[in-house]
Amino acid sequence: MRKANDAWNRALTIRGCLVLASFLTATHPVHAQDPGAGKVVFDDWCRPCHDVGPRKHPGTAALEVLYKGEKPAALEHRLDLTPELVSFYVRNGVSIMPFFRKTEIDDRELADLGAYLSPENLRKVAQ
Amino acid sequence: MRTPPGLTEQDFTRAVAEFQQAVGDEWVYIEDADLDLYRDAYSPLWGEEDEKIASAAIAPQSAEEVQAIMRIANAYKIPVYPVSTGRNLGYGGSAPVLSGSVVLDLKRMNRILEVNEANAYALVEPGVSYFELYKYIQERGLKLWIDCPDPGWGSVIGNALDHGCGYTTNPYRDHFEAHCGMEVVLANGDIVRTGMGALPNSQTWQQYRWGFGPWVDGLFGQSNFGVVTKMGIWLMPEPEAFRSGSVQVMKYDDIHQLVEITARMMNSGILNCGTGLQSPMSFALGQNPEMNERYLRANADDIVALDEFAAANDTPFWTSQFKFYGPPAIIDASWEYVKTQFAHVTDVRFVDQEYYRFPMTQEIIDNSQDENHLGIPSLSVFSLGARSNFNPTGSNGHLGFSPVIPMTGAAVLESQKVMGQVLRDMGASTVFNVFPQSYHQRTFTILLGFSVSRDVAENRKNREIFRELVRVAAEHGWGEYRTHTAFMDDCAAAYSFNDNALRRLHETLKDAIDPNGIISAGRYGIWPRHLREGRDRNA
Repeated sequence: MRKANDAWNRALTIRGCLVLASFLTATHPVHAQDPGAGKVVFDDWCRPCHDVGPRKHPGTAALEVLYKGEKPAALEHRLDLTPELVSFYVRNGVSIMPFFRKTEIDDRELADLGAYLSPENLRKVAQ
Repeated sequence: MRTPPGLTEQDFTRAVAEFQQAVGDEWVYIEDADLDLYRDAYSPLWGEEDEKIASAAIAPQSAEEVQAIMRIANAYKIPVYPVSTGRNLGYGGSAPVLSGSVVLDLKRMNRILEVNEANAYALVEPGVSYFELYKYIQERGLKLWIDCPDPGWGSVIGNALDHGCGYTTNPYRDHFEAHCGMEVVLANGDIVRTGMGALPNSQTWQQYRWGFGPWVDGLFGQSNFGVVTKMGIWLMPEPEAFRSGSVQVMKYDDIHQLVEITARMMNSGILNCGTGLQSPMSFALGQNPEMNERYLRANADDIVALDEFAAANDTPFWTSQFKFYGPPAIIDASWEYVKTQFAHVTDVRFVDQEYYRFPMTQEIIDNSQDENHLGIPSLSVFSLGARSNFNPTGSNGHLGFSPVIPMTGAAVLESQKVMGQVLRDMGASTVFNVFPQSYHQRTFTILLGFSVSRDVAENRKNREIFRELVRVAAEHGWGEYRTHTAFMDDCAAAYSFNDNALRRLHETLKDAIDPNGIISAGRYGIWPRHLREGRDRNA
């Protein structure tokens, strides 16, 4: 099972890179990402599933089972989430997590969310 | 470029330009990457040729923009498919019924136009989710509760129109019943207000639902006759307290009294909310093949053996949950009264469960069993089907088979046998172990969940089982209250009294109100004239 998951995650990462490439070549104007605005996106869209504590938070509960303590289950405790990975999962979904439309989380908000969940920002928040 | 059925690329290109003119270029999506976000993430048709996909999506911000879009769509005969928040996962999400439709994404229409504390109602647009309405009320410290369905990101309007339901009290828990007054854009771009809303400067649009003359609101639920752009919803004044308890009866045949008394309590208003029947014995039965066979067969000898088995396990055969909302003195008295009604049942047990005073602290909310019962939206329902220790690979979603059955013990037992037999005959990988909930007054609803997979063969198999369940349930007089878009034709076809007279009436209305058949073709089994020939192709 672990091997299967690893292979799956690798496949997703490779696909993620392709998606990232398309993000980078997109024509959106350069935007200074705002981690504060990203926290609002997290609160509105991610927190109900990914808040700290597995009880009542299906995303955190699922990641706890997946990582078995190797990584923190709560996204805000992770220090390895790149904006690209966050974008990939928001736009592609995984398991029971659906993907999100641009009328829900637009590209600017997605970039802000990536900035909020970035290790640099979460370290700063932790201090 | 994807194009809607029946349209040339040239015409569609012209129409898209007009849509862009109406709402702004930014809010018309035609690129595949953007349109893929409108796929139904929980589609049981995922990756198959029949999967329903959009040819474009348009996101208006106002009723006026919706009117403009409808006029353009009507002129070009473009099929459009309105979604409110598009989060109706398990029922089709943001994907159309007719592939190639243009999705009308109403998420940007997310204004909360009024929340009235004195008369306890809200007036909202379709993009407003339960989370957003809850937040609005909390931020202003209003003493009002919402009644939410399981996933809090659903639309207040969309859920009511789809006949969704929640967990607090009557009339709020039946969301269509709790709505009051609509604004609807029709296929020709005309705009209508129903009930008292038809009275210019009406002072009671959200308080008195019937207006004057025929009440047409019902036509816009589970249908495709218009685009609802505003709706009133009644809200519950914050109660002083909540308590819950369960009534537990020991023997197999006690189910009849348990359900009969529960129904009487509900219909007389002592129990003012839904109840769920459970069998604490189901786990022990699942572990014991011999006893499970006896449960499925349930002749007189089997029932004696089952009762002995339950007694040996010191486990009640059936339980029913009672919940009460209101002033402490009243809810305490209600619970005590319920106990007196069951006192004659041999060995009956009463178990006190939760008791809360409002408002609650966050800590109490966090430790409550299920915040949805306390008017607090969440997404905790998604733990069903998520990766867990019991289900280490997780699933890709779920959908539910949900027939309405009578609120009697006999109907519960019969439905258990009938549905269980279908699952066994079809070689389903799961055993039937769900018990009914009274999501609506006077009836039970069975909610049998199916996992959705990215495996085509598994989805095909589940679709076959689902369709057989619909067919067999209909033979017994049980019909679905709601369904995923993939099964709307099947479920609608079961409502066939007098050579499908109701469907013919729906079609007559459809032809009159939307003669070009542009709105949500196929939704709830209602097809426009030019597509009727193929309507049974899925059923």
